[in-house]
Amino acid sequence: MTRNDLALELRSVTLQFGGLIAVNEVNMAVPKGSIVGLIGPNGAGKTSAFNIITGFYKPTSGSVEFCGSDGAARPITGMPPHEVCRAGIARTFQNIRLFSNETAIENVMIGAYVRQKGRWWMNMFPFVFRGAAREEIEIRDNAMRLLERLGLDNYADSMASSLPYGAQRRLEIARALATNPSFLLLDEPAAGMNPQESAELLSFIRALRDDFSLTILLIEHDMKVVMNVCEYIWVLDRGKLIAEGVADAIKSNKNVIEAYLGTGEARGDA
Amino acid sequence: MGASAGDKTLRNRALTIGSLIVFAAFLWWAEEGVDAYKVRIINLIAINAILGLSLNLIYGMAGMFSLGHAGFMAIGAYVSAILILSPDQKLAMWILDPIAPWLLDVQSPFLVSLIAAGAIAAVFGCIVSIPVLRLGGDYLGIATLGFSEIIRILITNFTPITNGPLGLKGIPPHASLLMSYGVLAVLLFCMVRLMNSNFGNVLRAVRDDEIAAKVMGIDTFKIRVLAFTLGCFGGGVGGALMGNLITTIDPKMFMITQTYSLLMIVVIGGLGSITGSVIGAVLVTTMLEWLRFVEDPITIGSLYIPGIPGMRMVIFSMLLIAVIIFRREGIMGMREFSWGWLLRDNARVNANDAK
Repeated sequence: MTRNDLALELRSVTLQFGGLIAVNEVNMAVPKGSIVGLIGPNGAGKTSAFNIITGFYKPTSGSVEFCGSDGAARPITGMPPHEVCRAGIARTFQNIRLFSNETAIENVMIGAYVRQKGRWWMNMFPFVFRGAAREEIEIRDNAMRLLERLGLDNYADSMASSLPYGAQRRLEIARALATNPSFLLLDEPAAGMNPQESAELLSFIRALRDDFSLTILLIEHDMKVVMNVCEYIWVLDRGKLIAEGVADAIKSNKNVIEAYLGTGEARGDA
Repeated sequence: MGASAGDKTLRNRALTIGSLIVFAAFLWWAEEGVDAYKVRIINLIAINAILGLSLNLIYGMAGMFSLGHAGFMAIGAYVSAILILSPDQKLAMWILDPIAPWLLDVQSPFLVSLIAAGAIAAVFGCIVSIPVLRLGGDYLGIATLGFSEIIRILITNFTPITNGPLGLKGIPPHASLLMSYGVLAVLLFCMVRLMNSNFGNVLRAVRDDEIAAKVMGIDTFKIRVLAFTLGCFGGGVGGALMGNLITTIDPKMFMITQTYSLLMIVVIGGLGSITGSVIGAVLVTTMLEWLRFVEDPITIGSLYIPGIPGMRMVIFSMLLIAVIIFRREGIMGMREFSWGWLLRDNARVNANDAK
């Protein structure tokens, strides 16, 4: 794999909060167009890694490099979140964070704002700036199409907070897609889903990747989802990368089993 | 209902234009046909609505708790007054210190002074907001309150420019009913267009969840500074109109109590609702006048109660507390008026036709 095939690369990224090392010398190389996973027990530093990539935390050391749809790799270490999004990285949250006082379609439209060309004041002069008015309509139409694509069109005019749980998860993905990303980070997309729903999620994630030509990195606790959908998996434990590889290799990896279940001696002590 | 969406839009537009014409005719008649006291109250409603709307943009739509609106009103009022007053008036009025020479000959038409008032208040708002908006919640309220007081004290002491504590008198009464309501109409149109556009969605998004907004690629700090600046523009324009209505201004007019009554308008009407601010302005302005009777001496049978100045503010505070306890979201909540809602179309409530 050459460097040009990478969508995202983390090079010995370390994040320290005082004495606590949340992420410790992590190296990751995510190939373009792949679906990959980041797993680990609670508190392993998965979400911290997401927050570093999306610009909420600046790593203590190390660098993050991102290659967007324009094909040029550039460092995004310490870039503010809104610029990371502009570069083409979108994400969802572990605890759903929709704009609850807005309707579903408005939530998606907000996602499109980052690519909107019309300026805010143009809408005050609708007869002068017809282009801006047309763009507003286009944004609404595109948002509606996205909602249809994700099976949310029935909820378009409902308040985001009133949607059923599964629909809220999908709406968060729709909103992320509206920013027109080339890289999507999903933080526990299957959380709170029943087995049937998470089975549907598998094909849904693959379809997303193909339809929107995305690279997808997901954090997930549901091992069925991870092992089935991820082409490559990194395992974090207490901030350190303890294993990486394809699903079968991870399943039988001794370190991983220990991290999740504890060592034999530890169980003997208990 | 049988009518198609297009018919309804047409109907709503006709209703809007029709009611605007009726209302304009009423104003044109009221200017002469009603006694001066009532004209002033009707006028004050428009000005309070302008001020309430601009504070609502900051507090309700963008979620920034600001207690500094009186300060920006003061800037607007002074800028407008200084620009309108004639050189002769200025020479006669500045008795503590002579007026700054570069200000003496500056004179402009009323509308220019109005825009300048808004623009200069906006510039101050922008400068103030950049450091202050790094704070959130109540801290922001305290910091803006401080800035508002600083502005007032600067005005009191910069005698060569502001004539200090003496204030300015004899401002020509440009704020006629049609002028005030004209400005209100323009402001309403701009607000409704703004809040119905995607920028309005973004503004609400920044208010509701700043972290999620950042992830959506929104420069939340920039948006908040912009909203604050726009709100200050409205505050400046409202202050200028206020000065032109009362025809005399002094620093004492722009104390914290002024901000409170605006806050009352916004909270009673509904945070984040354009319609709410207009309704709030009507209610608060008329109530404050109507409640004056409680300050008069009252005789109930043999019981004589001497007039207590300030009693109406006590009653008003109690009303405000009642609103906060029983209807926290205010009269309108975040909803907006629309013809469809009024005529029970069951259509989605939107702000398209607000007044």
